Amino acid sequence: MMGYVLAVAGMRDGKNVTYLPAYGAEVRGGTANCTVAIADEEIASPVASSPEFVVVMNKPSLSRFQNVIQSGGGLFINSSMVDTRPVRGDIEIFEVPANDLAKDLGNGRLTNMIMLGAFVRKTGMASLGTTEQAVQEIFEEKGKSIVKQNKRALKAGYDYMG
Amino acid sequence: MRGNHVIGEAAIRAGCHFYAGYPITPQNELTEYMAARLSEVKDGVFIQAESELAAINMVMGASMAGTRAMTSSSGPGISLKQESISFLSAMELPAVIVNISRGGPGLGNIAPSQSDYFQATRGGGHGDYRNIVLAPNSVQELADLTMRAFDLADKYRTPVLILGDGMLGQMMEPVEFLDPKKPGKPVSKEWTLTGANGRPSRIIRSLLLDPTVEEEHNWKLVRKYERIIHKETLVEDFLLGDSTMAVIAFGTAARITKGAILRAREQNIKVGMIRPITLWPFPSKAIQEISKIIKHFLVFELNTGQMIDDVRLSLEGRGEVHFYGRPGGIIPTPLEVSRVIASQYYQKRLG
Repeated sequence: MMGYVLAVAGMRDGKNVTYLPAYGAEVRGGTANCTVAIADEEIASPVASSPEFVVVMNKPSLSRFQNVIQSGGGLFINSSMVDTRPVRGDIEIFEVPANDLAKDLGNGRLTNMIMLGAFVRKTGMASLGTTEQAVQEIFEEKGKSIVKQNKRALKAGYDYMG
Repeated sequence: MRGNHVIGEAAIRAGCHFYAGYPITPQNELTEYMAARLSEVKDGVFIQAESELAAINMVMGASMAGTRAMTSSSGPGISLKQESISFLSAMELPAVIVNISRGGPGLGNIAPSQSDYFQATRGGGHGDYRNIVLAPNSVQELADLTMRAFDLADKYRTPVLILGDGMLGQMMEPVEFLDPKKPGKPVSKEWTLTGANGRPSRIIRSLLLDPTVEEEHNWKLVRKYERIIHKETLVEDFLLGDSTMAVIAFGTAARITKGAILRAREQNIKVGMIRPITLWPFPSKAIQEISKIIKHFLVFELNTGQMIDDVRLSLEGRGEVHFYGRPGGIIPTPLEVSRVIASQYYQKRLG
């Protein structure tokens, strides 16, 4: 959902976007992942050789994806769930205690939107405004309260990085 | 929108009123979408059939009645439909068949693969026939080619296959639906079985016991196939202008190749791509033309080497052909493919 919201936000910003989920058998706590590409020019391949940014929500994902980030890129770590750090010195690391922040908001399921808020603030891949618009669009059918909570989480992540 | 949903929406907009299918990953979102959307369409019919065989035979019936009809599946299910695809071809019935293919043979896995190239382009069923095979490489093309598939099927009275894969079916990209062609000349369906009230009865059959009749029917189909080859072949060139080497790839593999070529070009490697959009008819002429200038070809497929046969047949020895394939549902990154391109390029001293 985090990647999907980001892709929709990129699209609303007038960029070219692709969203590629890994749809194979993945378990909760495993390494379910998706790849989002956002570009001004046409996107040649939705498969990323070495993404500029990686977001990991748990420890298995850190081990699996830490080495694909391109040199000079950024790694967002959910520090509530991941207690190790990569040894690479050529990437910037952003720590976001997403689960703890979600608990403060009173809903443990908001971690992904908190992370996304932090992500768009640091990377500028989409503005907060269009990301909120994407949340509105995607969660609308689930009701006002869901939209409101997700927007609040987005803002919380955004502010945490401020 | 998600690729699988886009096929469904494009089909509805192209006037598809009948869908029958049986679930299989990675195309289930299409079946689901058709269930929801066809219920909103006046006279729309959605049937979750009891098997793949039942589904394609229901499509056959709908087609006989003059309805734009579609079924979809993935590799193992498409195998089951082959008998009826042969019958559709023999009886000259339009139908659109979508294969969102996966790793094989057998049940294989649910990851993206291009291992159904032979099955799609060689007919797959028994008898002397061809299917039009369209190979989209983006969500936008899924929309455009699905609409085109219905037009081609009606125009030539022949089944049309859309060959995608799990990656295309699952990925999301922005999409714009073209307005379906203005119904300028409605396809004449003076052959459909709609009840012989007030007119002589019509017969659609594939059993032609008299060999002279069957032979003439075969030649008739061949003449139709020649018209299709002449008029409907589609191919995309990518950065061939100054190239000394061309990668030939289709569908998802072509998408990865584009990324790989852009990377290779950053290192001043002069490489371009030929992308067949119709796998049958295969763009043999275009490849022959290009072989007057470019002599080195690298075929890249997500299988162990199937389209490469058509490339070799097209070239008739005029050019050197190499192959890189990843079967089993592995999706190599553009970086990997760019390394293969570079090693080939330097080994052959092309730059």
